[in-house]
Amino acid sequence: MAVINLKKKELQAKIVYYGPGRGGKTTNLEYIHENFRDRIKSDMIAIKTHGDRTLFFDFLPFDVGKIKGYDIKVQLYTVPGQVKYNTTRKLVLKGVDGIVFVADSMKVQREKNLVSLRNLQQNLAEDKKSIFKIPLVLQYNKRDLARQGIPLLPFETLEKSLNRQLKVPSFEASALAGENVVPTLKKIISMTVASLAKELK
Amino acid sequence: MEYALEQEQLKNIERVLREDLIALGVHSVLLIDIAGNIIAELDNGETNHDVYSLAALAAGNFGAVSAMAEIIGEGEFSLLFHRGEKENIHFSKLMKDFLLVTIFGHETSLGFLRLKAAESIGKIEEIMQS
Repeated sequence: MAVINLKKKELQAKIVYYGPGRGGKTTNLEYIHENFRDRIKSDMIAIKTHGDRTLFFDFLPFDVGKIKGYDIKVQLYTVPGQVKYNTTRKLVLKGVDGIVFVADSMKVQREKNLVSLRNLQQNLAEDKKSIFKIPLVLQYNKRDLARQGIPLLPFETLEKSLNRQLKVPSFEASALAGENVVPTLKKIISMTVASLAKELK
Repeated sequence: MEYALEQEQLKNIERVLREDLIALGVHSVLLIDIAGNIIAELDNGETNHDVYSLAALAAGNFGAVSAMAEIIGEGEFSLLFHRGEKENIHFSKLMKDFLLVTIFGHETSLGFLRLKAAESIGKIEEIMQS
């Protein structure tokens, strides 16, 4: 749930990057942090294990600029992808306004994407939110691996298995190379802000 | 979790925080919701913390501690306090969805701070429900 401060003319929205473990959620945030240094005053916060895996969340506050006189502050979070950390995932999801689902394009990860998406649906439902109503963008990550000959799921297959019912915007991306990281972010921000504006009326 | 606060309410909340806590010598105080959003923040003019990160971490920390309490069969821990060499952080729950985070030095005693925090919480709850 976003915070709209009429006194300071400021809107804070929470966007969460969700998806299976080792899918590239943190890498998305790292790329954004690296490339928007002029807009991001604070450091990225990462609570991770020694193996560099997200333990609790990553956090990156981001000033989008002004919309209708309001300062828009977007807070980007990632969740830990590993199945066993569902309690922390639920904590991070609290009050979410928009979601980027980062799917792993590798053929061997097909099932894991589905499990994670179902998990997202369930966790949202427990918070009385619907995956069909919340602003959501899909990102099919790791497209760059094709160049190394690693078998990837074709775009159409990913669309069919993850986006058939959702019918939300989707992007092929490489978080590591930065391909489509920013378009994904722009899309989710505009969807989130639009949905908050609608709620305000 | 949905809430709306009028400008007047926010103004009153800030007044309580300033008169009860900042005046007491607290370095900085944040009122946040459990999703990590900042509702009000005040400081004594000498600190410059990254309050957005602090709020996100405080909310996460509170969630984690609550989950620990549940595992060992406690409803909630009543005292949440981190002691540092120069700065300390104190957390208190406010209604169901909010947290009051106070950062203070050793010139302020923990007992007195807890007393004052409890007092301000009472007042803020009244304002929020008005």
